[in-house]
Amino acid sequence: MLDLSLLVQYGPALLRGFGITILCWGAGCLIGMVLGFALMLLRQLPVKPLRWVIRAYIEVIRGTPFLIQLFLLYSGGPSIGLRLEATTAGILGLGIYGSAYFAEIFRAGYQAVPKGQVEAALSLGMSYGAILRRVIVPAMLVSTIPAIVNMMAILTKETVVLSIITVPELMYEMQTMAAETFATFETILGMALFYWLLVEVVSRLGRRLEARVTRFLTHASPQGSSSETATARA
Amino acid sequence: MKFSVIIDAFPYLLGAAVTTIWVSLLGVLLGQVIGVVVCVARQSGGRAADIAGGVYVSFFRGVPLLIQLLLIYYMLPLVGIDVPPLVASIAALGLASGAYVSEIYRGALNAVPHGQSEAALALGFPGSSIWTRILLPQAFRISVPALVNELILLLKASSLISVVGVAELTRTSQTISASNYRPLEIYLAAGIIYLAINGALALFGTLVERRLQQA
Repeated sequence: MLDLSLLVQYGPALLRGFGITILCWGAGCLIGMVLGFALMLLRQLPVKPLRWVIRAYIEVIRGTPFLIQLFLLYSGGPSIGLRLEATTAGILGLGIYGSAYFAEIFRAGYQAVPKGQVEAALSLGMSYGAILRRVIVPAMLVSTIPAIVNMMAILTKETVVLSIITVPELMYEMQTMAAETFATFETILGMALFYWLLVEVVSRLGRRLEARVTRFLTHASPQGSSSETATARA
Repeated sequence: MKFSVIIDAFPYLLGAAVTTIWVSLLGVLLGQVIGVVVCVARQSGGRAADIAGGVYVSFFRGVPLLIQLLLIYYMLPLVGIDVPPLVASIAALGLASGAYVSEIYRGALNAVPHGQSEAALALGFPGSSIWTRILLPQAFRISVPALVNELILLLKASSLISVVGVAELTRTSQTISASNYRPLEIYLAAGIIYLAINGALALFGTLVERRLQQA
């Protein structure tokens, strides 16, 4: 099995890689959510062409492999003057990929907010901004938490793909270690167990958060529990 | 942007897309078989089978596919099975898919009224034919939309097998763009092909669903 002295030797590199994994994941999730939320809001505007464009964007992102999107951004980008470093491209790629899924999640949440609440707020004289901030978003966040957590678990798994465009995250560092020490199988097995644990931790934390956010609700949220997390693949 | 590049490369990309399609189809077929076996074993094979099935499902849904693929690719030679990358890839896609499919079937089985298997038992059906004649056909029909979705997900995931050198659509795009230095055009073309295949699959899924609803 794995020679433990290797872990001492490669420990710093692996830790650094793990840091980059977390950075890419966190920043990617953040960009994805912000962009997804913006897309959802823009979709509510009564401008038909804008809706078509957003719909097309979502369909294209969801209909093509993440790897192809990354290659387009990282290798195709320079042809149109977009020269990104691998890590930047990785974060941006994750964010764009996530935004399409988050936009759909938020849309479902937006539609699930009871109309009466919005009408009540309107009749009370609240501005659209205030309604959004105080009525729609809080209700939306509660009902979409399971789906958001699920997507975040999926994005955890997707960070591994970034190693293909040479982002020096954990997978990349582990592959380097495997190539240098010839302990390929042990390294990959260790990696599998580690990611299994990581995804499990993300899902569990998400479930905790969900329980906390929904503790005042008398009935379950429409999407059901996130106990069935990570239903798509990376 | 030079469109002539896309036109020149298109025949090669289409050829590679065919590989992508049949690798994904084989992966899904294998996934179906594994998924049904795991699902039935977990439901009627006792506690040990349920736990083993649960670990299998948890592992293959929790570990990134790229790692599963490398694990299988490097593991098989260690136990003396030397397989080409293509076979390892199909095995990886099938194993990953099986975990999701078994969960899809588990959900679908819950939707089959309990009274049906009880009625079958009362009529003296042996356990195996309750599965093959009553539960599985209905579960299959219920899960068609989810299974088509699964096929689309697997088709997108199959881009990862480019890493072990299978000349499918993504790998071929890489090879072509490395030789003509036109990554933007080539990857755009590849993306369009993926989109077209997935669109066709989604349409096919809708048709099958409608057909099954009529029957």
